[in-house]
Amino acid sequence: MAGVKAFFNVTNKYFHLSTHTKSSNIIYRYISSTSSVPRDVDIVISGGGMVGAAMACALAHNEIFEKKKIILLEAAPERGKYILPENYTNRTCALSPATVRLLESFGAWDEIKEMRYQPVKRMQVWDACSDALITFNNEDLNDDLAYIVENDVILAAIMNRLNAAGDNVEIHYSTSATSYKFPGEIDDEGNKESWLTVNVSNGQSLRTDLLIGADGFRSSVREKSNFHTMNFDYKQMAVVATLHLSESVENTVAWQRFLKTGPIALLPLSANLSSLVWSTTPENARNLLIIPEDSFVDAVNDAFWNDNDKDPLTGRILESFSSILQNLLPVGAVSKQLPPTVIGVEEKSRAAFPLSLTHSSNYVKPRIALIGDAAHRIHPLAGQGVNLGFGDVSCLNEILTKAVGLGSDPGSLKHLLEYETKRQRHVIPVMATIDGLQRLYTTNFSPLVLLRSLGLHTTNSLHFIKNRIIRQASV
Amino acid sequence: MNTIKYSNRLIKFLCNRSDFHGLCRKTAHLFHEEQVHWRKKSFSLSRHFRTTSQRLDLNDKPKVERPRAQTTIDEEEIKRFSALAQLWWDEEGEFTALHTMNELRVPLIVNALIEQKQKTGAESHQFKAHSQLEGFKILDVGSGGGILSEPLARLGAFVIGIDASEENIKIAQAHVIRNEEVACNIKYICATVEDLIESEERSFDCVIASEVVEHVLDAPMFIKACCKLVKPGGSMFLTTINRTNLSYLLGVVAAERLLRIVEPGTHNWNKFISPQDLQYLLDHNGFSTRLVHGMMYNPVTKRWSWTENTSINYALHAVCTDQALHVDGQT
Ligand SMILES: Cc1cc2nc3c(=O)[nH]c(=O)nc-3n(C[C@H](O)[C@H](O)[C@H](O)COP(=O)(O)OP(=O)(O)OC[C@H]3O[C@@H](n4cnc5c(N)ncnc54)[C@H](O)[C@@H]3O)c2cc1C
Ligand SMILES: C[S@@+](CC[C@H](N)C(=O)[O-])C[C@H]1O[C@@H](n2cnc3c(N)ncnc32)[C@H](O)[C@@H]1O
Repeated sequence: MAGVKAFFNVTNKYFHLSTHTKSSNIIYRYISSTSSVPRDVDIVISGGGMVGAAMACALAHNEIFEKKKIILLEAAPERGKYILPENYTNRTCALSPATVRLLESFGAWDEIKEMRYQPVKRMQVWDACSDALITFNNEDLNDDLAYIVENDVILAAIMNRLNAAGDNVEIHYSTSATSYKFPGEIDDEGNKESWLTVNVSNGQSLRTDLLIGADGFRSSVREKSNFHTMNFDYKQMAVVATLHLSESVENTVAWQRFLKTGPIALLPLSANLSSLVWSTTPENARNLLIIPEDSFVDAVNDAFWNDNDKDPLTGRILESFSSILQNLLPVGAVSKQLPPTVIGVEEKSRAAFPLSLTHSSNYVKPRIALIGDAAHRIHPLAGQGVNLGFGDVSCLNEILTKAVGLGSDPGSLKHLLEYETKRQRHVIPVMATIDGLQRLYTTNFSPLVLLRSLGLHTTNSLHFIKNRIIRQASV
Repeated sequence: MNTIKYSNRLIKFLCNRSDFHGLCRKTAHLFHEEQVHWRKKSFSLSRHFRTTSQRLDLNDKPKVERPRAQTTIDEEEIKRFSALAQLWWDEEGEFTALHTMNELRVPLIVNALIEQKQKTGAESHQFKAHSQLEGFKILDVGSGGGILSEPLARLGAFVIGIDASEENIKIAQAHVIRNEEVACNIKYICATVEDLIESEERSFDCVIASEVVEHVLDAPMFIKACCKLVKPGGSMFLTTINRTNLSYLLGVVAAERLLRIVEPGTHNWNKFISPQDLQYLLDHNGFSTRLVHGMMYNPVTKRWSWTENTSINYALHAVCTDQALHVDGQT
């Protein structure tokens, strides 16, 4: 035994001697070329929105990352302890069962249950221009289709679980990434960078194996590292509000009606409150924000109830919509029910958001992975936005676990590509159909944009063959 | 008592290495004469050869053994790898196939070693997923840029990587240095297996030579030397290319000339060795073969998969069953 020990000591000594002469110039070079000495960390997550925070939380609760150093950067200041407000907030999400499983895996779902949420047992989608109708529910109405939760509640639950986890994740609030040095870049001395360095607004620089971009749809990680991005402005706004319903009902049905100007949805929040997401023209949206509350309530009721838009074309649209959702949800019996009547709108709960489609043709590059809206932002008409982001978290967590289990470098492209392939296989069809559906309503119908993004993706995967052909031709 | 002798020898061995790194440079001229002497004996000594023999001269071994101890190095091969040294860590580059091979060989090694440990009565051993190899001392022969050494060290093993090419050793060292935790677990040394025998005989839980056997000059001698370094009950892992018509067609003609997965000239079919021959060699050195498994490379996905078919690439795991060697000490 003693012999082995001696060996270790001596080899350590040897190692220091040899690195001194051979590699100290590498270290020296690094110090002289940056203002501050970079801090080495294993993973940096840029953006602590719902998706970035969930990523940090998944890694924090994953035993295999116990010894890794992970930093979460969030531009916004720390919110302090979250106290559930009496009034519901106007930003909500419909969480899918898969998302709930992810949140359960690190205890955040229990936190949400202790705060508040509303299950959706049935969903009815119908059309303003035809009699087409489709409903979704599980057979016995016992299993929930989705859960409506306020964004603030989701984030607070995740942050509570993140703070309760081990100390392998550090959260830096009021801190944003300002610039990046990407692997492969040549420094002043002509050396190729192997790692990725993130310069942060507090003057620090972080050198990391992997940068996860979770910084939303205007992602600076994505822009600065030149991901090819497809962008489309729907020239639509989503009006959100918290609404009071006429009678206290069980309120577990989500309602959605396709109007000529876009879909309007009513999502249950509590026995007598529902959340509104109404996609419409910018003019109409602006108008809806300024009209008196009772006129607003009338406008909402009219949108759900009026009958003067009948048009045969839209029957087709509903058909294609139901065909996507049928893959995701069990189809229920076709019996039209009537939506509840809205009697009031929560004071100051009206707001509007521009709607756009953003898709990054790639989700990964060496040492970079994009998740959530940074990679894909879709129209909220199917309520899938954040669920796709949480799906990214589950998938990336799984793939990084495998990579670390293999003793591999977590920023290695061979693992990240697996994440990209898996996710794009899931995200692109959802996106394409939702986009296609949306486009049927818009005047500047332009499938070219989408074709371009999908087409590009295919040629990228043919990269290998392309390379081979070029190389062979030059032999 | 034995251990003192053992570690003394080690210190000596390691001091010799420091000479190589300039610490004892002043003594180098002492060996100049030696070199001239060897050259006269019409050995075509390249730079690597000279540096290794120079270092070896510090060992007070009988001098006649020197040329023999070097015979597994094929100078042409080493030059080829040295020229590619900068590319080791480019995952999309020349060595992609070695990077992705980790997906097969790392689990193979990890699982076998854990089983080995559990068999030797350490059932109370708690394996943490991120440090499954803690406590194992591994030798990676022909470690190249450290593509395999690093993952093993990351999983907690103490790894010594040796390579005949000084350039490769430098690249491997420069790459690992940033990650302190991993760097503590790895030592890279420019040496051959033969160099280690004197000080490290029977000291490794596991010796690996992955994609190396097909590049050495004298496979029987190379295998013998590797075998001597494994503890009784310890493991040897080899991956290499079979000597079949198919392997010639795919390994040399297709991989090098047509598809250019690897640089032309990387492989010399005559040096390929069949699993049967390898088993025979291992047998003679007191090893019993536990597993021979084919590996298949898909050049489009750039991924490896296990296959029954061993006619091209294969992996072999053998265990040292020879107690006698251990009891006798040296043979
Ligand atoms: C009107 C509307 C309704 C929606 N309804 C639904 C729904 O019902 N169901 C659903 O699933 N989805 C819905 N979505 C989509 C959903 O809100 C988004 O998909 C989700 O918020 C994306 O989360 P994220 O964490 O990826 O991005 P974000 O929430 O945008 O978070 C990004 C975070 O990164 C931080 N940040 C940005 N830049 C930096 C930087 N340089 N450095 C550090 N930090 C930075 C920001 O401060 C922010 O906290 C809806 C969207 C809209 C607009
Ligand atoms: C194909 S590479 C394999 C590298 C590494 N084992 C891996 O799998 O990533 C072969 C390596 O073996 C080294 N090599 C060849 N002959 C050797 C010998 N006789 N002794 C030590 N190293 C040798 C070469 O320098 C080269 O780095």
